[in-house]
Amino acid sequence: MTLPETSETREAVRLTIDGAPVEVRPGATLLEACRQMGTDVPTLCYLETLTPVNVCRICVVEVERNRTLVPACSRIAEEGMVVKTDSDRVRHSRKMILEFLGSSVDLSAAEDEVGEWMRQYQAEPARYGPQSEPTVAGERDRRHPGHHGEVNGRTAEGVHQPTKVDNTLYVRDYSRCILCYKCVEACGIDAQGTYAIAVAGRGFDARISTEMDLPLGDGACVFCGNCIGVCPTGALMFRSEWELRRAELWDPDAQSVTRTVCSYCGVGCNLELHTQDNRIVKVTSPQDHDVTSGHLCIKGRFGYDYVQNLGDVDRSSIDEVLAKARRPAPE
Amino acid sequence: MDLRFTDAQPTAAEREAVESVLGPAGMDSHQRIRTASNLRIFATGMQSVSDRRHLLLPALETVQSEIGWVSEGALMHICRELSVPPAEAWGVATFYSLISVDPSPPVVLHVCDDIVCRRAGALDLMEGLESNGRTPGVRWLPSPCLGQCDRAPAAYIQRAGEEDGVLVSMDPQTRPIGPDGGVISSNGHHPSAAVPQAGEPHLRLLRRVGAVNPRSLDSYLEAGGYRALEAAVEMGPAAVVAEIKASGLRGRGGAAFPAWIKWEAVADSPDPVRYLICNADESEPGTFKDRVLMEDDPFSVIEAMTISGHAIGARQGYLYIRGEYPLATRRLRSAIDQARRAGLLGESTRSGISFDIDLRRGQGAYICGEETALMNSIEGLRGEPRNKPPFPTVSGLFGKPTVINNVETLCNVLDIVTDGGAAFASVGTPQSTGPKLFCLSGSVRRPGTYEVEFGATLGDLIELAGGLPEGRRLRAVLLGGAAGSFVLPDLLEMPLTFEAASEAGVSLGSGVIMAFDQHTDFGDILARIAAFFRDETCGQCVPCRVGTVRVEEALARIRRDPQPGDLELIEDIDLAMRDASICGLGHTAAIALRSALELGLLE
Ligand SMILES: Cc1cc2nc3c(=O)[nH]c(=O)nc-3n(C[C@H](O)[C@H](O)[C@H](O)COP(=O)(O)O)c2cc1C
Ligand code: SF4
Ligand code: SF4
Ligand code: SF4
Ligand code: FES
Ligand code: FES
Repeated sequence: MTLPETSETREAVRLTIDGAPVEVRPGATLLEACRQMGTDVPTLCYLETLTPVNVCRICVVEVERNRTLVPACSRIAEEGMVVKTDSDRVRHSRKMILEFLGSSVDLSAAEDEVGEWMRQYQAEPARYGPQSEPTVAGERDRRHPGHHGEVNGRTAEGVHQPTKVDNTLYVRDYSRCILCYKCVEACGIDAQGTYAIAVAGRGFDARISTEMDLPLGDGACVFCGNCIGVCPTGALMFRSEWELRRAELWDPDAQSVTRTVCSYCGVGCNLELHTQDNRIVKVTSPQDHDVTSGHLCIKGRFGYDYVQNLGDVDRSSIDEVLAKARRPAPE
Repeated sequence: MDLRFTDAQPTAAEREAVESVLGPAGMDSHQRIRTASNLRIFATGMQSVSDRRHLLLPALETVQSEIGWVSEGALMHICRELSVPPAEAWGVATFYSLISVDPSPPVVLHVCDDIVCRRAGALDLMEGLESNGRTPGVRWLPSPCLGQCDRAPAAYIQRAGEEDGVLVSMDPQTRPIGPDGGVISSNGHHPSAAVPQAGEPHLRLLRRVGAVNPRSLDSYLEAGGYRALEAAVEMGPAAVVAEIKASGLRGRGGAAFPAWIKWEAVADSPDPVRYLICNADESEPGTFKDRVLMEDDPFSVIEAMTISGHAIGARQGYLYIRGEYPLATRRLRSAIDQARRAGLLGESTRSGISFDIDLRRGQGAYICGEETALMNSIEGLRGEPRNKPPFPTVSGLFGKPTVINNVETLCNVLDIVTDGGAAFASVGTPQSTGPKLFCLSGSVRRPGTYEVEFGATLGDLIELAGGLPEGRRLRAVLLGGAAGSFVLPDLLEMPLTFEAASEAGVSLGSGVIMAFDQHTDFGDILARIAAFFRDETCGQCVPCRVGTVRVEEALARIRRDPQPGDLELIEDIDLAMRDASICGLGHTAAIALRSALELGLLE
């Protein structure tokens, strides 16, 4: 019997990171190597459960004898590599990327680390000038590649636009989209296999879109919510969360998370029920769960209303807001 | 994969257009063989499992050219036929500027307002079109450089159901289009006008231009065509690669990479399936040399590709040509046809090898000239560059080892094979061997494609092009295209070799030499360059997608009222784009601007 080739049966790869030697399994990325050493590397478009697309470039590190910086999340470690994760060049590029995103995208609902990195790298998105006016609904979706309007430099152009609310389960606020491709991957080859969304357009006008910018329900979407699960910026959001935020009732500090097993079928998906005021306000699944890798189907993700009857007697304000989430159009 | 389509149906005409590319409708769709290799062609998760996915762009292009735009019905029909998810097909269709997903009039004019044309009257022309109001059935749009800068101003015309064409100005007094959008001068093509040196005895790459009938294989054969292939087959693949190595040939597409390294890597690959690609996307502003070769000597491109395919062990070649080159496309298609019929291309040709060529048309995307974006474009994906490594020689087109070379690079192969690598290497300098084409445009008397031996100076080239017009003084030269840099007349003595350029901190790029005189509004030129990169970035990576926008904004402020903060900002952005972008577009997007600022051209 031949043993399957594992990291034990092949030689480890030795490299130097920030002056310290490290050994990693063959095929490991520089990100893996850094994490193994406890060195922090920021990432935005990278997720363990998705194929690296290496587009955000926040994870860049300096590798000796490479003309440009390289993305740690996808560059495979090679024997003898000399890597710097905190050089001036690295810090400069990370800062600029944070400024580029901060000056063009609404990051107020992004994962907490983003704010920390902004401080750590002293990013100043405001130095590009005041934000441009938001575009009207659908305008960015109709832009033709290779053409753009007058630029006067008085404002910093952004992607701000009205939220797309076209169903009762989740909303798409592309003002918050950093175009990390995670939702596309989760919907397509890496998890769901539905291919309901893709990147459309080109350049600064590139955007996540269904075919012909159709409302989600008219396209291929099966409402598994896996795109919501991977979105790092809150661009994709449970309708319930969105309504609560609008009503200024969203309160993470008042929420608790209960882990349970989905009761719809026998697969055994783990659910995390996020509750506030004893109401389920959203559902996630742990990314490290070996059954789901964080992915669910429509039933586990959204089919929780049977456990909480939002009756019409004794309506608390949260129930009233959650009831709004069940109406097709926002009020 | 359970695909969902909308109910929209194609019209009869759309159906017919699609059928002309994909064959009869319904033919074994949904049941095509799915193999592990095409499940994951490359790692962005955007590929489909359809093995006919690579026909997506040709299908879209055909509907666009026959109908004038791509409707929902046509798109759904193509998706059903190819088993492509509609959202992905939408993503591909909306990537290209020559494809319209909105109802369009039958005639669309793409009027070049890029660097050379805007200084040659394009702005007046556009103003005329604008003030004339709408002409029914005609729409006009501004366009980036159309590769006709020696005959500026120029326009590209799409006509639904008819052949597309290029409109140029044969002399500075004429305008290609009237204010009503009517065609005044169409491509009255005279090789002599394209190549001022035509017929001169020292020419190598250009020697057949004007001398051989580009529509006739016989004419090419009479002029000695296909002797190089014969010699190459006799020598065998390894010997051909050895001659390329001995020749010192370096890529003419911009990166100046030694050709033999790529050829040898693929020739030695353990994978039996390999591809050769001829990069004929030629979209770098100011570049038009490959067009001349393809329009006036198309058989040499085909023969050179065949030799290269033979040398690296590829049975299939792809020629990817920009959509705005209709004449070159027709000539190459005809050349491929004639070569096939004569048994010079295809399964077991009369020379004893098997090699065929598929011509693919780009649809308006400068980024698709970047080698890996080009591969994605052929594969029916969005033209987004891939992260390297892996390099194309390891994992290129369809994940297979691939050699990709520029048209001019490949055309050099003919003489290398017939005369030997050593003879080629004796021309030029030790590090820059052989002949070189340069594209002269702007403030020179005789713009055009010029051939010299490596070693000629910048001043020599400008002299060749007749120098500057009466009363004009040279203020600066844009060397290497929009991705290149500005230089001052103090570099006129610099030999245009890879090594001298690199020593001076500039690049020859694609061979662009654009001359500017004392009357140039550099602010206007720089703004056009900034707009170009912002329009043409694929948008995939943050530094380039947002950086190009921020550069354009900062430049607008500088033009109004320069502040130290904005100059610093441009330096900051440039550094991040050079360091952190995925591909060469981001790496070079702010170079020309920075060089102009450093040289004080804006003052
Ligand atoms: C944005 C961008 C556009 C490019 N466009 C072209 C092109 O139009 N034609 C070309 O031959 N090479 C182009 N290149 C260079 C190719 O990536 C590649 O280096 C070249 O095709 C290799 O051929 P060569 O070695 O024969 O030059 C481009 C590169 C970049 C980054
Ligand atoms: S909910 Fe599921 S099917 Fe719908 S877009 Fe998101 S990932 Fe795709
Ligand atoms: S919607 Fe979210 S997951 Fe999708 S690309 Fe935008 S930021 Fe990324
Ligand atoms: S550098 Fe620009 S063109 Fe290249 S991959 Fe990034 S966004 Fe696309
Ligand atoms: S995390 Fe590596 S490029 Fe985005
Ligand atoms: S054709 Fe107009 S600038 Fe090149």
